[in-house]
Amino acid sequence: MDEAAFVSQLLEELKKTYPPGRLLTAAAELAPYESDALTAFKARPRAVVLPESAEEVITTVRACHHHGVPFMARGSGTSLSGGSLPVEDGVVIGLNRLNRILRLDPRERIAVVEPGTVNLKVSEAAERYGLYYAPDPSSQLICTIGGNVAFNSGGVHCLKYGMTANHVLGIRAVLPDGELVELGSASLEGVGPDLSGFFVGSEGLFGIALEITLRLLPRPERYHTVLASYDSLEGAGGAVALVVSSGLLPGAMEIMDRLAIEAAEAAVDAGYPRGAAAVLIVELEGPAEEVEAERLRLLEIIEESGASEVMEAREEEERMKIWKGRKSAFSAAGRLSPDFLVQDGVVPRGRLGEALRTIEELSSIHGLRVANVFHAGDGNLHPLILYDGRVDGELEKAEELAGEILRLCVRLGGSITGEHGVGVEKLAYMKDMFSDANIEVMKRVRSAIDPGRLANRGKMLPEGEPPALKFHGPHPLEKEGRISRE
Amino acid sequence: MSTFTPANSAEAVEAVRESKRLRPRGAGTKPALCAVDDETSILDLTGLSGITEYDPGEYTFTALGGTPVAEVEEALGKNGQYLPFDPPLLEAGSTLGGTVAAGLSGPGRYRYGGVRDFLIGASFIDGDGRELRGGGKVVKNAAGFDFPKLLTGSLGELGVLLELTFKVFPRKEAFATLEVETGGFREALDTIALLNSSTEELFALELRPPGTLELRIGGVASVLQARLDRLRSLVNFPCVVVEADEDRWRAAGEFSWAGAGDSLVKAPATLGVIEALDERLEELGAERRYGCGGSVAWIAWPAGESLADLEELLVESGTSGLILRSPGRTVASVFINRSPGPFEKRVRSVLDGPGTFSMRTAGQAG
Repeated sequence: MDEAAFVSQLLEELKKTYPPGRLLTAAAELAPYESDALTAFKARPRAVVLPESAEEVITTVRACHHHGVPFMARGSGTSLSGGSLPVEDGVVIGLNRLNRILRLDPRERIAVVEPGTVNLKVSEAAERYGLYYAPDPSSQLICTIGGNVAFNSGGVHCLKYGMTANHVLGIRAVLPDGELVELGSASLEGVGPDLSGFFVGSEGLFGIALEITLRLLPRPERYHTVLASYDSLEGAGGAVALVVSSGLLPGAMEIMDRLAIEAAEAAVDAGYPRGAAAVLIVELEGPAEEVEAERLRLLEIIEESGASEVMEAREEEERMKIWKGRKSAFSAAGRLSPDFLVQDGVVPRGRLGEALRTIEELSSIHGLRVANVFHAGDGNLHPLILYDGRVDGELEKAEELAGEILRLCVRLGGSITGEHGVGVEKLAYMKDMFSDANIEVMKRVRSAIDPGRLANRGKMLPEGEPPALKFHGPHPLEKEGRISRE
Repeated sequence: MSTFTPANSAEAVEAVRESKRLRPRGAGTKPALCAVDDETSILDLTGLSGITEYDPGEYTFTALGGTPVAEVEEALGKNGQYLPFDPPLLEAGSTLGGTVAAGLSGPGRYRYGGVRDFLIGASFIDGDGRELRGGGKVVKNAAGFDFPKLLTGSLGELGVLLELTFKVFPRKEAFATLEVETGGFREALDTIALLNSSTEELFALELRPPGTLELRIGGVASVLQARLDRLRSLVNFPCVVVEADEDRWRAAGEFSWAGAGDSLVKAPATLGVIEALDERLEELGAERRYGCGGSVAWIAWPAGESLADLEELLVESGTSGLILRSPGRTVASVFINRSPGPFEKRVRSVLDGPGTFSMRTAGQAG
């Protein structure tokens, strides 16, 4: 029996679980699922199922396992690394309907959620208890906790608060062969290996999280956000070094370069100073007295760093405006260029200047513009490579430039990804970061958990050829302004 | 039983390859975790010691697994930095590797997270004697499976920790500690719940039953008094400011309150678990502390009481335990009410197929 026959048998079986509206097989219904926010990649699944309960997910996984058909669990498809690219002719398990907050316990400071729960909804639900969920990817209005777990998503507050893995306490998951496991618990502490921590960031290769126990934090009493402009990128970078050595630990430190500022201003009119070569956003948070005392220190440091203009957000509205500019920077790049690739490399903070200079050189060598937005506090760069997919060879050139930037990050002692994950996009660069033996052991762990290699096949671990590049232009959801890129 | 004392990673690899059964050991400050039977050799890692990289501007350092935590804290302290999870048993000589393998964090875990949150990279030897690496040396990294998390709490059963990279933070300019007398156990738990959701930004919140809380804050020296005053009025119970609070916290990290003859057990907790546990512990006269805003119970189980009874109590309370020391006893397993599930077993089959590191603690656990 060939593969197609296995899939047909599987579909017959899935019909018993799903009514027609929740089992999609027609080309027009499948099209929206063909790619995620990394639109350069596209693959056609054989079917999409839309479960409404954990039991339906389990049934689906077991059926896929029984028939040996690969599957991919997907939330809102905001992955920037092709992490939720379907497996060609496999099954997509769309989890958006599993979006219930099952428990919110302010006394224990936890929320237990289904994987399709939108990130921001958790904080919204916790708000009346003075609590929030810390990880805040730029796509938090739409991205789901399940996707955050799979890709260990970050945000702008990672240096101080860590990534998704630091806020997940427990996971109930279905392994790729249908076995159910409970990892971690409702406690911050555990005994034995940190298995829920190991599950987070496994890019869907370990199975599907069905229930996730999240840690909630008290919302800080006071925020103080400063926007400083500089005549050069180095100036902004120097200010970060001064803040770091001062002993302050801001919740966020972000830098945007000239091109990124232009894009953000064109898109949302955030009030950034036009003409600045770079802006630095620093945010302090904590008890009111503490923030006020730190505010004065921060101002001294910013002055010492040679900022040409300093703007302090006096009220929440001004603060939100500053963040709106930052968080929309990348989708705003659509105004500068028909297509763009977002990179996610990390370098040691002390090598930021060197990295940015080299990126500038690479940009001119390849004849492609690069805008820079980055989490300066943790050395996480997001170079944005602008290209036009309709021009022959430009996408390939952009890919090549992206690759050189990733190799640069590894060479400087950093990482190929800070928060977007490897997905399909960075498969080719895993070998720059890890030895053969290290990749081999990851493959063996994956095979022990998923002998049939059914769960999100083709992601993170380099095996065969990565899928071909096929597409250009923003994601349909991005066009609608519903998703954005970090 | 023999002991290997490798002076470098190659010798450690050699020891793993030569051994059928091997138990990695640092300074041995958690004796139950390095007790062995006659067929198991000890891999003494204290020879693999020293900080290999430290750049204060990066907020990271890398050190060999056998490095004493105290040595690290001293180097970090010179640059105004520290490991914010307050690694315990530092004065007893605990090593970085031992702290990670045991998965232990101290009171400071409350503010910024535990050892799992600060370990960002690790190289290790698996059961087949392969030298492997996970994570990286930068504070943010999402490439590949997160082996550093997996190794945290693994007790050396998934690999020998060779070299570890940690994230560190700047230490606050000043700290202050408030001792709050709530008058009773229930009042204390309610106050913990209140503080857990408050905006006071505590660095530590510990309960000494029945009703004494220890609260620590840190920050800019000039506003510390104002923040203490605010805390006092929030908790609304009699409070005393603890002088020389640094010493107090150091001593707490050594578990000096636990009797030398008692078994020392760590149990993950929630406020609900503590409610279920405490009355029975009180009846049995077991000393205990609840740390990290009620996230962990440290239990000094009396020498005369059976560990089976503790197991029953932990089962009833919906938690598990890890025996760190148990003088004069031989314990069948260092875990109480915990056995590897299917996920762990599958991972273990890869990292220690031959079972080289599987614990068999027929030796004395203290």
